[in-house]
This record gives sequence, structure tokens and C-alpha cells, in this order.
Amino acid sequence: MGKLLEMTAVLTGLPGTGDFARGVHPPERKTLAQDAAIEVMPPPAQVVIPLLQHTGAPCEPVVKVKDEVKLGDKIGDATGFISAPVHASINGSVLMPSVTTLPNGRHVKTIPIKAGPDQLAGDALKSEVLGGNWPTSGLERFAPDQIATAARDAGLVGLGGAAFPTHVKLVRNEKRPVDTLLVNGCECEPYLTSDYRLMLEFPGPVVTGALLAAQAAGAKQIVVAIEDNKPAAADAMRKAAEGTAVKIAVVHTKYPMGGERQVIPAVLKREVPTGGLPLDVGVVVINVATAAALARAVVRGKALTHRVVTVTGAGIARPKNVLVPVGISYQELIDFCGGLTPDAARVIAGGPMMGFTVADLKVPVTKGTSGVTVLTHADLARVDETACVRCGRCVDVCPLHLVPTKLALASKVEDWDLAKKYHLLACCECGCCAYTCPAAIPLVQLMRKGKAQMPR
Amino acid sequence: MTDEAKKEEQQAPKAEAAAPVLHVAPGPHAFSTSLTTRRMMFDVLLALVPVFAASLWQFRLYTVIQLVICMVSALLAETLFTAMRKKPILIRDGSALVTGAILAFSLPAKAPWYVGAVGSFVAIGIGKVIFGGLGQNIFNPAMLGRAFVMIAFPAFLGATAYVVPDAAIDGLSRATPLTTLKQLGQNTGLLPLFLGTTNGSLGETSALACLLGGAYLCLRRTASWEIPAGIVSAVAAIAGLMQWLAPVAGWTVLHELFSGALLFGAFYIATDPVTSPLTPRGKFVFGLGVGALVMLIRKLSGYPEGVMFAVLIMNAVVPLINQWTIPTPVGGVVLEKKS
Ligand code: SF4
Ligand code: SF4
Repeated sequence: MGKLLEMTAVLTGLPGTGDFARGVHPPERKTLAQDAAIEVMPPPAQVVIPLLQHTGAPCEPVVKVKDEVKLGDKIGDATGFISAPVHASINGSVLMPSVTTLPNGRHVKTIPIKAGPDQLAGDALKSEVLGGNWPTSGLERFAPDQIATAARDAGLVGLGGAAFPTHVKLVRNEKRPVDTLLVNGCECEPYLTSDYRLMLEFPGPVVTGALLAAQAAGAKQIVVAIEDNKPAAADAMRKAAEGTAVKIAVVHTKYPMGGERQVIPAVLKREVPTGGLPLDVGVVVINVATAAALARAVVRGKALTHRVVTVTGAGIARPKNVLVPVGISYQELIDFCGGLTPDAARVIAGGPMMGFTVADLKVPVTKGTSGVTVLTHADLARVDETACVRCGRCVDVCPLHLVPTKLALASKVEDWDLAKKYHLLACCECGCCAYTCPAAIPLVQLMRKGKAQMPR
Repeated sequence: MTDEAKKEEQQAPKAEAAAPVLHVAPGPHAFSTSLTTRRMMFDVLLALVPVFAASLWQFRLYTVIQLVICMVSALLAETLFTAMRKKPILIRDGSALVTGAILAFSLPAKAPWYVGAVGSFVAIGIGKVIFGGLGQNIFNPAMLGRAFVMIAFPAFLGATAYVVPDAAIDGLSRATPLTTLKQLGQNTGLLPLFLGTTNGSLGETSALACLLGGAYLCLRRTASWEIPAGIVSAVAAIAGLMQWLAPVAGWTVLHELFSGALLFGAFYIATDPVTSPLTPRGKFVFGLGVGALVMLIRKLSGYPEGVMFAVLIMNAVVPLINQWTIPTPVGGVVLEKKS
């Protein structure tokens, strides 16, 4: 293994070029964890399940203190259409509910569960979640709405980071027909390798999940997009997809290829309208890990209780890819990976480009946590901020063709007319501009501030 | 885990918690280190090396003297003015040195010391600091300084100021190529223009040196290639048209491009990021404007050369160009509110 950058874009029979205009090439740093096979974390003594782990409405608890719960039991139910239930990720008993602040800044209620004596663990757990046989034929026995309902009941959300409830994307909409299901295997955040390991080690559930999702959404074409820095994953996926309708598209390695607005044009040559959804151009995008979780939900009837998390960075003693129960604390996860190194300086939920810093290591890992990246002081050493020199570099890299410096200025001085004129709301906060800015201006922070304050 | 690691583990998150916005630390947590503001300024100085070499060869010690005068004055001015405005001294960003050097290279060899000194003070004081410092100014500071001394001391910067009849250096005893063309109708050979064995401002004579340094700047993306491309296209187009309509024997498009401050201006002056537009399209439009104005001034005004005025005029138009060239976002403009 370890062969990087060997292939180039291959998109047989697809209209895209495998690339999008602009974007950046941050150092990949994937070698830290890419060769570490997925390990199963030993059962924890306790998990803390947030009642809001997705984009949308929070859940209502459906268990009481001291209730005995089993792995996969529903403990919080969805309250709206754009919502997803949460489930017990271990066997045990319910403790007093509490409140926590997730790395993205949201205060959420949580249900802690104290572990009981017997737990599904080790290889048995791994094979229940990801291993074993995954059918690629005879899936017609699952009706489209049955698949969407299974996704909802299993509490499925996008596992790539945004955590949008999956069933919402899969429910058919007469007015907006879907022709293509795009399975997103572009793990464009530096450092992270959980999707890579999943495709490499367990391509089976990804293919099954892709077929099921396409069936639910009514998509005829199924494409898995993988960047060309993951040739081994592309090979594994190709083998697993043999004889099925699933096509593998190899696209260029560039940040933020994993964004819907980048990967759809790269593969299908279609532009998602600003303020719109992939659905507007007949596409549903799900992440590879979401596809695998969908397969588990539909074929095995199991809820989303576990996920693969990459724990990596120079600030971690032994970088790993770990299969963890939802609700485990960052602290435990980090300890399992040998703990922090002495020069560790910043713990990030997700990758360095779009991740949020973790203020308190007691917070739980959620469904949307794709990685934990720990950076050192050396990684973070940077020159001081200077005035904007109007060099236009931010313009040159913005994948949405915005003018970041003007947006930042508009939100700094709270000139919302200017912000509108330069399309502040179109910004996806990918961070390309701030990554590049020679004056070290915190552009994304300013965009977020502006988007939050701007009257709509 | 070592004790140290444990300590770190407790400290590091605490330090983050003290970040200004509660629990939301500013991302991204990765950044390109290949380019910083200082590095950009250093790049310009580096790109001026071939120009310096050509100038040294042609004007000898004059080059060194003007450079020292202008760069030292620029640094002094920046220190003084920022101190007066009680702003932190930003000399470390290197922009004053660049302004000083560009000004020096746009002066005649024999300009007295106070021309460079006054020019630098005006460039930094009026050109930059009173607008609020680096990044805030509208006009190219070096050109503003030069325009000031040109008006204040016309005798030292007019066409005749370049000619020093009794100079030991050969090139200095002749008028500049554009002046000879304008006043005497005489042409200068392409090779002298290319190599820089003609008279002129210190940095402008050698087309070769400007092309070398300019290529470096564009490759590094410290200068945006769209600007020189626009300037050269406009000048070539207009010069080509004129050659076709009213040919001057021995004076071609290439002569027009290689003479005067055109290439020096295209690569080193007009490309000042602060005073040029933001988008690639805007930059090209800006370049076209500068090129067209240069030709207009060269052919229709009393001045033999027009790079300085062309750049200053186009600087004033930059906000408008930025307005006209707001790019359409990928996916079109937002028509309705996000739900
Ligand atoms: S990259 Fe930074 S310095 Fe350059 S224009 Fe954009 S905000 Fe200004
Ligand atoms: S964060 Fe926004 S403005 Fe900056 S590059 Fe990304 S989309 Fe463009």
C-alpha cells in the first residue's frame, strides 16, 4: 500500500471532467492513518447520546432514568420530518439526562447510558456492523418507501460531516425526479482516512447501500466518486461492484472535491443552483459511510449505533481508524489511540479545513464525527494577520467563484447590501480562501459571522 | 501517557475555550505557508534583481545612489508617519522598501537627492499612510510620489533632464528613445531597446530584464499575469493599428513595447495588488485600460511617455472595475431566500 497519486481521473461514460474550477491543494497528511486497519474500540463504561446529532429538529427522549436498554433500542424519537431518532449504542441502563455543548457550538440535551455486563464487542461487533455477506441482487424485495422508512427508523444521517437526515433525501418527490445517485467517496479533508479504510476493507455494504439508496430515490444511474489519491479504494470498490449497476468514477484530488457543489459538476457536469439542492439537478448525494449504514439498516434491520472515526494528526501518539459506538467521549477515543503527544495544541472534530475545535474532551462523538484531528503547535505556527493586500488570491481559489475579501469586508463593517451584492449566502464555508490568504485574515470566521447576522 | 502529556491535554482545550467566540474556534486549521504578505514584498524585490543588474550596467553608480536614497527615505517616512498616527509600525511587511525601490527605478539617473527623498515621503505619506496603511490606498504610492516630484521639480524630470551632455557614461548623453522619436523622428534599434543600452529612467531601459523579473513574478503568482497581458495586448493592438494606418519607418510594435517604461510598468507597477482589481477578469480589463491610456498619452499628448499617468488614472477606476466584474457564483445568483 501507500501508493498515492498514481492514477488520474477516469470517468468512463460520464459527462464530467473529474475536476472543478479553482480550489486548493492542502498537504494531504493521509499517510499518518491510511494504513491502519479499522480497529474495534473495547466497550466503554458509559456513553452519552446527544438528542440532536443532525441538521434539523432535536429528538424527544423516549426512555426514563434507570430503564434497561439494549444496543439499537430507540432512546430519542424524531419530532419532525427533518430529524432523525437516536439509539442506544451499548447495552445498559439509562442515567440522568444532562446537557453538553458539541464542538459546533450547539447546546444539546443528552442521555447517558451506563454499560451493562454483557456487550457485543470485538470481531463480533465488527462483523455485525460491516462484515459478512452483503447482497447485490434480489434487492427489489425492498420497496422504495420501505427503504426510506428503514433509514429514518435507523436514525440515519449523512456521515460525511453535515449529518443531514438521510431519509429526507431518499423519499421520492414526484415533482423532482432523480436520475443519478452519487455516492461520495471523496474524502477531501486532509488527514482523514475513515471513508478510505471503509471502501478498502468493507466495500460490500457500500455497494449494497448504494443500490438500495438508488432504488429508494428512483435513480437509474449509480456512481461512486473517489479521488485519484485512493487507487486501492477504487480497486476494491470496483471489484465489489462488479456485475452491479454501480459505476466507479475516479476524480482529481483537490479540496473541496467532497462538497456536493464540486463533486456533482466534476462527475456529471451539472451545476447545483445557488440556494438549491442537488435534487434540483436530479441528483442525490450520499457519503460512502452513509451508504454502508443504510445497507445495515435495511438488510439487517439495525440502527445507526456505530461509525468509523479516524483519530489522527501529529498530536496523537498512535493514529488509527476506529469503529466506535456513538456517544463515546473524545477523551476515551484519544486514550485508545495512545493519548496526546506533549506538543498537542488543538483537538479538532473532523479535519483541519472544516472541523471545529473541541473545547472539552468529555464531549461525545456523534454520528457526524468523521475524524478527530489533533494538531501540534508546529502545525499551527503562522505569521500574524496583516491588512488585506487585495491580492485576489482568495478570489483565485474560491470554488464557488465568490470574492471572499469583499464578503469579509462586508461582514466586518456589517454592510449587508454589499454582502448581498457579492453573494455572501452562497459561501459554503469551505475555507479555501482563508487557507490561501497571505495576510492570514480569518475569512471564514467573518463569513460565518456575516451569514449569522445578515437580515434575510 | 506521560505526565506532560496529561498536563497538555488539560491545558490545550482550556486555551481553546478562551478563544474569542464561545466554543467556535475559527477554522480552517490549516493554511498555506508558501505565501505571506512579507513574502510577496520580498518576491518583488527579488524580481527587481535583473532590473537592478541591467541598470547598474547602464548607469553605474547612479543606480545605487538613487536606490539608497529612495529606499532609506521610504523607510524613514513609514516610521515617521505611522508613529505620528500612533499605528503599529508595519515596516516588517516590507512594502515601504518595495515602494522606494520602484520609485528609484522610475527616476532619471541624475535627479538630485532631494527628488528621490521628497518623492518617497510623498509616496509613503500621502500615497499610503494617510489612506490607512498598506491595503487601504487607492493610488499606486510610488507613482503618486513620482507624479508629485514631476510637478514640483519639472526641470529634473522632464524630457531634457535625462540628457547629461558631458556624462562619462555614453548612454546618458543621448535623449531617451521615446523623446528622440517624438521630437526628432529618429528611431532606436530593437537590440539596444531589448538589452537596455539606451537612456531612460533607471529601471526601464532593459526590456529583457523586465521580462525576466516579470516572468518570475507571474510564475509565483505574486503578480497576476492578467495585468501585463492586458497592457501588452492593448499596446500591441493600438500600435499595430497605427503601423497599418500610418507607418513610421523602422518603428514597429516591438519598438513600442520595448521602449519607455512600458514593460517595467506592466510587470512591476501596474501589478501592485492593492491598487489593481480583484478578479482575473477585472485585472485584464485594468491592464487593457492602462495600455490604451499609455498609447493615448504617447501619441497625442506633449509627454513622450505615459505609464505613470495611465496607472494613476486606472487606479481611480479600480472600484468601478470591481463593480463591473463581480463574478457570477457557481450555481447562479441567489434568487430566493434559503429555506
Ligand atoms: S487573499 Fe487575503 S490579502 Fe489577498 S485579497 Fe483575499 S483577503 Fe485580501
Ligand atoms: S469559504 Fe466561502 S468564500 Fe471562502 S473559498 Fe469557500 S466558498 Fe469561497
